[in-house]
Amino acid sequence: MKKIVKYVLLDILRNKILISYTLLLFAITMTMLLLGDNETKVLLSLLNIVLIVLPLVSIIFSTIYYYNSVEFIELLVCQPIRRTSILLSIYAGLTLSLLIAFAIGVGLPLLLMDHSSTAALLVMIGCLLTVIFAALAILGSVRMRDKTRGIGMAILAWFYFSLLYDGLVLFLLFQFSDYPLEKPSIVLGALNPIDLARIMLLLRLDSSAMMGYTGAVFQEFFGSAGGTLLAFGLLLLWTMVPLWAALRRFNHKDL
Amino acid sequence: MIEFSHLSKKFGKLPVLDDVSLHLTNGKSIALIGPNGSGKTTLIKCLLGMVVPDNGTITVDGSDIYGDWSYRAGLGYMPQIGRYPDNMTIAQVFGMMKDIRHIPDQQLDEDLIRAYKLPAIYDKRMRTLSGGTRQKVSACLAFLFDPAVIVLDEPTAGLDPVSAGILTDKIIAETQKGKLALITSHILSELDDLVDEVVYLQDGRVKFHKSLPQLRADTGEHKLVRAIAHVMENA
Amino acid sequence: MERFVSIILSLSLAFGAAARTLTVRPYSSMSSVAGAIRSALAGDTVLVYPGVYYEKGLIVDKPILLKGVSHPVLDGEHRYEVVTIKSNGVTMEGFVIRHSGYSGWNDLAGIRLTAVKHVVIRNNELDDTFFGLYCQNSDSCVLSNNILHSRADSSAQPGNGIHCWHCTAMQILNNTITRHRDGIYFEFVTGSLIRGNKSFYNVRYGLHFMFSHNDRYMANIFDHNEAGVSVMFSHGVDMQDNLFADNQGGGAYGILLKEITDSRVTGSRFQHNTVAIYMEGTTRVRIEKNTFRDNGWAIRIQASCSADTICRNDFFGNTFDVATNGSLVLNNFDRNYWDKYEGYDLNRDGYGDVPYHPVSLYAMVAEKNPAAMLLYHSFMVDLLDRTEKVAPGVTPADLVDHFPAMKPGIINSNP
Repeated sequence: MKKIVKYVLLDILRNKILISYTLLLFAITMTMLLLGDNETKVLLSLLNIVLIVLPLVSIIFSTIYYYNSVEFIELLVCQPIRRTSILLSIYAGLTLSLLIAFAIGVGLPLLLMDHSSTAALLVMIGCLLTVIFAALAILGSVRMRDKTRGIGMAILAWFYFSLLYDGLVLFLLFQFSDYPLEKPSIVLGALNPIDLARIMLLLRLDSSAMMGYTGAVFQEFFGSAGGTLLAFGLLLLWTMVPLWAALRRFNHKDL
Repeated sequence: MIEFSHLSKKFGKLPVLDDVSLHLTNGKSIALIGPNGSGKTTLIKCLLGMVVPDNGTITVDGSDIYGDWSYRAGLGYMPQIGRYPDNMTIAQVFGMMKDIRHIPDQQLDEDLIRAYKLPAIYDKRMRTLSGGTRQKVSACLAFLFDPAVIVLDEPTAGLDPVSAGILTDKIIAETQKGKLALITSHILSELDDLVDEVVYLQDGRVKFHKSLPQLRADTGEHKLVRAIAHVMENA
Repeated sequence: MERFVSIILSLSLAFGAAARTLTVRPYSSMSSVAGAIRSALAGDTVLVYPGVYYEKGLIVDKPILLKGVSHPVLDGEHRYEVVTIKSNGVTMEGFVIRHSGYSGWNDLAGIRLTAVKHVVIRNNELDDTFFGLYCQNSDSCVLSNNILHSRADSSAQPGNGIHCWHCTAMQILNNTITRHRDGIYFEFVTGSLIRGNKSFYNVRYGLHFMFSHNDRYMANIFDHNEAGVSVMFSHGVDMQDNLFADNQGGGAYGILLKEITDSRVTGSRFQHNTVAIYMEGTTRVRIEKNTFRDNGWAIRIQASCSADTICRNDFFGNTFDVATNGSLVLNNFDRNYWDKYEGYDLNRDGYGDVPYHPVSLYAMVAEKNPAAMLLYHSFMVDLLDRTEKVAPGVTPADLVDHFPAMKPGIINSNP
């Protein structure tokens, strides 16, 4: 399995799109770090990148890569190896290369210029979102035979998690505004990896305490050691569950 | 030795394989022939473990392949269209396959690689190769690990006549060594000198499974093309 | 004042001698402070040497100087009010006062001033007292350089640090107050000055101020108080050069201004507060030349406020600069510096040519539904805010800075 990962990684790391993605991230991060006047503002701007661009690129790139590798995957399936290790290798190769791109593009400049633990948390959350959306991409591609529909689903999934879901939440919050909503809103926040990531970081970026009573409730929950662990656990779950579902499907799939 | 018994498979409601039973023996090269949609590719994919049949069993050398993956160590496969990761070089593709199979170098069969002069272009990226060259790579991979069973799906489709000839010779040489070659092809003319047996599939059923001399005798035709045409007209 | 001096003079003359000095020491013939006060005459000095004195409620009823040498301790044994001052003209300094009683129905204090004038309480340390310095019906007293801490962490609810009720012309200077209920509490106090105090980590307000007119408080520091500072139902309050920091929580405000008229907040710094200034029912209040940095809401102004002027302030890094609950705006917001302003200044007069609307759409949304802060800084919310900036529809059109400053203007004049 390690062998396949190595070759997939070698393949993707020379991919032009991935290289330009890395350079773009690097350019944006450096510009913000050099021109931004205060650290919190820079981190907030980077947070936007991490929450919007990262999931989009992860899910679209992974989906396209999977569909382009369908014949290659078939060839691998005819080799004496388990299907599980084939899919996991492809996934691992994909996420590793996306993580390397993120690490070089954002992590390296950020951690060199800003040693705060918040910056470290931002990098960590970026990594988790990459891993999660690559897993969602694999699940979608394994389930959809048709490439066009697969890519469509990927875009839709991204749209749902970064925009539609929040719109629905806002709608719900106003529908039930007569009830105490702080506890349900924790649950709502946890059900979307992007929201969860955003809340965790905002709590650290100090604007947390500024969110008034709602913020205080979040702080109490996610600010505690148990809450942080739970949040990271949830994010991991967001990786494991799609991946597990993809494997289940892939193992019984007719290629 | 490969045994298909009572194999059936549906894609949705469409039956693709319907109670297919076949007995294929070593040392033979067998042509799998049939019109489009007759189930040739699906049958091959069942054998390769890419498609799981709804019913029936496949045994390779006496053991059931269901849920097993190790039997594929004895299998070589040349797909109809070979596509590889864009940015891998030919050397890396071979390297990866060798890493997966971990077979010592001296046991590798590199005849075709030499015959196609691939080492000269080892550093080329897969995305820069022509369709024919990619087919050559696929062919080399199918034979590289000296497998007992070789499955070739339209092997000569993208190859120039010289390369196709090299491949045909290689198949004959390997079957003479006692291996089993399973070939699907539309180009029946090139199968005349190549195959020992013919399996004819139609609508997911085995119409017949005969040796080539037998088929010639039954139909009174010498050329395979004509023999098959004769069968189809009389069906 | 003259009367006071004449009393002192006549007393001194009557006894025909200058003021005496009495000393109190443990294990001596004069080992009780109460005893010394009993034998003292007006104008005498009572020197108390180091030791722990259990006086079971010390009462000072003569105009004397009560002075501690090297911090003698007056201990209330968790049962008594430690010191009660019932006479004008008392000066008390240099003591450690501790362990007052705690009571649910009686406000026991470290030192209580009852209907007195010209009392000076300075350089004392009050530790574990229920109320700290409790002044009622008093006039022209000075409370300075005292350190007060209660035990907000223990189970008993603490009282206020410096508590003034129906007083005039008080001076509260350079005290440090912590872990009380309210750091400084003013009710019906007029013409007084609160200067240079530090009030922090109190469980309710750092300063709690009601029905107290024409007072000044300046150069104080209020931070980490559970509910910040509250100034209510008063007029003519002058608040200058104070620092309001780190007052965070659901009901925490840098300053809560409620029903305030003709007052000023100037030269102050507000940072890291959940809400820097909350205004409700204020009239003719000037908020001028303050700095608002990294607050959740810099100013939350309710629609009940009118004729207020918010000008020449600097706003940096606040989540929301201004939030309001209505569409009617009767206040002036001109000539402030807003770090979020994106306009230009073609005529180079230092003020942007495009008016600035400091209320964002999401500030309005969050005002209506606090739980919606859940989505703060999400892609959707940013999109909504951008759209609103381009085509305003929800935010109040009148809440506008017609002359937004291009550069921050404050020369820091902070405590």
